[in-house]
Amino acid sequence: MTSVPMEHGLVLAGLLFVLGLAGVLMRRNIVFILMSIEIMLNAAGIAFVIAGARWGQPDGQIMFIFILTMAAAEVSVGLALLLQFYHKFKTLDADAARTMRG
Amino acid sequence: MNAVFYLSSFVAVLSTLMVITRMNVVHALLYLIVSLLAVALIFFSLGAPFVAALEVIIYAGAIMVLFVFVIMMLNLGPQAARHERQWLSPGIWKGPAVLSMILMAEFLFIMTKGYHVGSVLTVEPKHVGIALFGSYLLGVELASMLLLAGIVGAYYLGRRDDDGRAQRSRRLK
Amino acid sequence: MLELLSLIPMLPFAGFLVLILIGSRISRTAVAVIGTGAVGLAAAVAIAAAIGFIASPPSGYAYAQTLWTWIEVGGFGARAAFYLDALSLVMVLVITVVGFLIHLYSAEFMATEEGYGRFFAYMNLFVGSMLILVLADNLLFLYLGWEGVGLCSYLLIGFWYRDPANGYAARKAFIVTRIGDAAMAVGLFVLYRNLGTLQIQELLRRASENWPVGSGIAVAAAALILAGALGKSAQLPLQTWLPDAMAGPTPVSALIHAATMVTAGVYLIARTNLLFALAPAVQSAVAAIGALTLLLAGCSALAQHDIKRVLAYSTISQIGYMFLALGVGAWSAAIFHFMTHAFFKALLFLCAGVVINALGHEHNMFRMGGLRRDLPLTFWTFLIGSASLSALPLIDAGFYSKDLILWQAWSSEKGGPWLWAAGLAGALLTSLYTFRMVFITFFGDKKTAIAVRPGTLMTIPLVILAFFSVAGGFVELPETFLDFHLLSDFLKTALPATPVGSGPVHGELLFQVIASAVSLAGLFAAYLFFLRRPGPVEVLAEKRLGERLRRFWLSGWGFDELYDALFVRPFLWVARISKGDLFDLIYDGVAWFSALLHKTLSLTQTGKVRWYAMSILIGAIIALGVTVFL
Repeated sequence: MTSVPMEHGLVLAGLLFVLGLAGVLMRRNIVFILMSIEIMLNAAGIAFVIAGARWGQPDGQIMFIFILTMAAAEVSVGLALLLQFYHKFKTLDADAARTMRG
Repeated sequence: MNAVFYLSSFVAVLSTLMVITRMNVVHALLYLIVSLLAVALIFFSLGAPFVAALEVIIYAGAIMVLFVFVIMMLNLGPQAARHERQWLSPGIWKGPAVLSMILMAEFLFIMTKGYHVGSVLTVEPKHVGIALFGSYLLGVELASMLLLAGIVGAYYLGRRDDDGRAQRSRRLK
Repeated sequence: MLELLSLIPMLPFAGFLVLILIGSRISRTAVAVIGTGAVGLAAAVAIAAAIGFIASPPSGYAYAQTLWTWIEVGGFGARAAFYLDALSLVMVLVITVVGFLIHLYSAEFMATEEGYGRFFAYMNLFVGSMLILVLADNLLFLYLGWEGVGLCSYLLIGFWYRDPANGYAARKAFIVTRIGDAAMAVGLFVLYRNLGTLQIQELLRRASENWPVGSGIAVAAAALILAGALGKSAQLPLQTWLPDAMAGPTPVSALIHAATMVTAGVYLIARTNLLFALAPAVQSAVAAIGALTLLLAGCSALAQHDIKRVLAYSTISQIGYMFLALGVGAWSAAIFHFMTHAFFKALLFLCAGVVINALGHEHNMFRMGGLRRDLPLTFWTFLIGSASLSALPLIDAGFYSKDLILWQAWSSEKGGPWLWAAGLAGALLTSLYTFRMVFITFFGDKKTAIAVRPGTLMTIPLVILAFFSVAGGFVELPETFLDFHLLSDFLKTALPATPVGSGPVHGELLFQVIASAVSLAGLFAAYLFFLRRPGPVEVLAEKRLGERLRRFWLSGWGFDELYDALFVRPFLWVARISKGDLFDLIYDGVAWFSALLHKTLSLTQTGKVRWYAMSILIGAIIALGVTVFL
């Protein structure tokens, strides 16, 4: 079908990953942090799919399915935690939770 | 198909950039959904229709919708956007940007070592299914257990005390 | 019978082990039975061994028994071996019998104290170590016993450890005797290096063969051994610890600091007598030190208020007599005096303990008085002991032993008029301070009321010791009476006879008369000045010169202050200035550095999630960089 060089796909994955990482570091709102984590997971998945497509094997896609599953579980638990966080701190500021400082 | 790939990757990158720079949470979420849809198109163009569908259905369709529901449930007022503007002050993004660019440079260095690929083959969903329930059966079972753990955890963590329920409904008005 | 020799020290050690392990958990009666019984059994075995030894003496009048080889390394070997001859037999009998009586006494005396089991354990350990000391076949084994008794002395002086003053007294005793012990250890090194053995009999034989009389090496070895003896026996200049050692319980003072441990030095010199014969200068030094000490301690005893301190200085003085005897070559006279001294000094200490206990821990003689009617048995036994100490003529053991020493001091080759005069002056002082003590404590008006009377376990030893204080002298009667030389004949097998001088020797009778007159004069003077008309003495003590003399003698001739200025203060100064020296800096530096590290690194724990994510990212960048670029 397509003859996209693998590097380009990997570069895309890397770019999306780095953007997600920047989002995690920059934003203080927890919701944004969680969203950025999702972006990073997605980017990793892209890398897997590209690798699988290069070799023509289903393994890459299977790995992506697992990542998807894990992301779903993580999001549900994370959002529940988010609700608890908001209930306790009355704010969505991630820096509000820093009593475990040294 | 090459054009599809490059176009949708451009859309994905752009919308991801918008995700991380918006003040309004819901806007960011919507941009994220766009990004995910673009990524699904990328998958399709790479000969992976199955995961393209999964991306749309599960990632954009379930996970992001869950996000949206929770944000709605939080019922944040207009002061949320103001907070966001305060928090994302100009000086904040310099450090992360620099670090991220360094990381990107490293990635580029690693990835452009010269693996030139010929044509990309389509991998049928049938093959994926056979591999999934063949060699990766154990993984499937483990994934289901993970989901079970996720359900239980989410239920327990999302639970409130009896008086908390009344309080919550009062406070979030 | 003689094969049971090893039982004699082993029984008290067994008692010690049992008591130290379970002493706090069994009843007081059981503790007393085990503690006293161990020493009592040892005494019984000692008597049996003595009967066996005397009835059928072994060849050479010496019996050796090896238990096991202690050290065997290179060419150096030392065995755990015992050597029994007449000298050690006398010592063993005195130690076990007097020890048994004192243990019996302390079963009642210490009955109300906490640490009852600990007390008896330490006492048993002491008796065992002392027996090892006197029975040891070689100097290293002797040194083991030497150190053991030093340890027990420390433990028992500081028995009432809750009062820090007792701890200081124990520490002082240990440190001062340590100085002597260190010198003795060096002496052991010198002896081994030059003679190749530490086994006593072999060593003495080799020394007399290889070392000429008066040679430097003999002088060095003898002087070092003498230094060790000075420390343990509290003679000049290491005598400062004994008066302070009275901080321990009275039975401890009786056993350790009167009858046995302090005589270890006397035993050591007697045992290595050939070595001293090879170094006549050192032997003369022994006599001189003995003479000086007995005068010094006699004067100090005259000024004390505390009844136990009088007895302590008296002990120092009497051991001075023993050293005087050793110095003039009157070896058996010294051992005879040791024996009688053990009896009457232990008796005096035990009586003092009764008095102190009866008056509710009152030590000051001037707050006692008139006890003669309330404690009659104690009074009479104390009187017998005092008579023996003052060497009142004929009726007590002390007379025969002290008189023998005085006679030998005059007539022996190494003796002379000065030593005899010192001994005589000492006898006057002895009589004076002894009866001062008797009159102030037991006569006159009662100043403190009796709280407690002694029971049977405390009075039986008093009676027995009083009997020995009288009858113990009859084993050695001088030529002027019955010429009965039981003890010296017995000891002749182990100790050389006293060399008699060639100068004019008038007659023993004259000297005995002079000595008797002197001691009676002392008694009369004490009666006059401390009972009949105490006025003049008090007036003299009030005057400027008298007051200063009294305080000087009270402090033991100022030795404590001297040593404090000479040794203690410079040492403390050095310790103070080296508090912040290089090594301290290094260790403090380590501590400071880790504190610094803590402060710096704890800054990385901000508690913020994004901060941690950033640090993960940085780590990932570095790790990737290292992997990729290196």
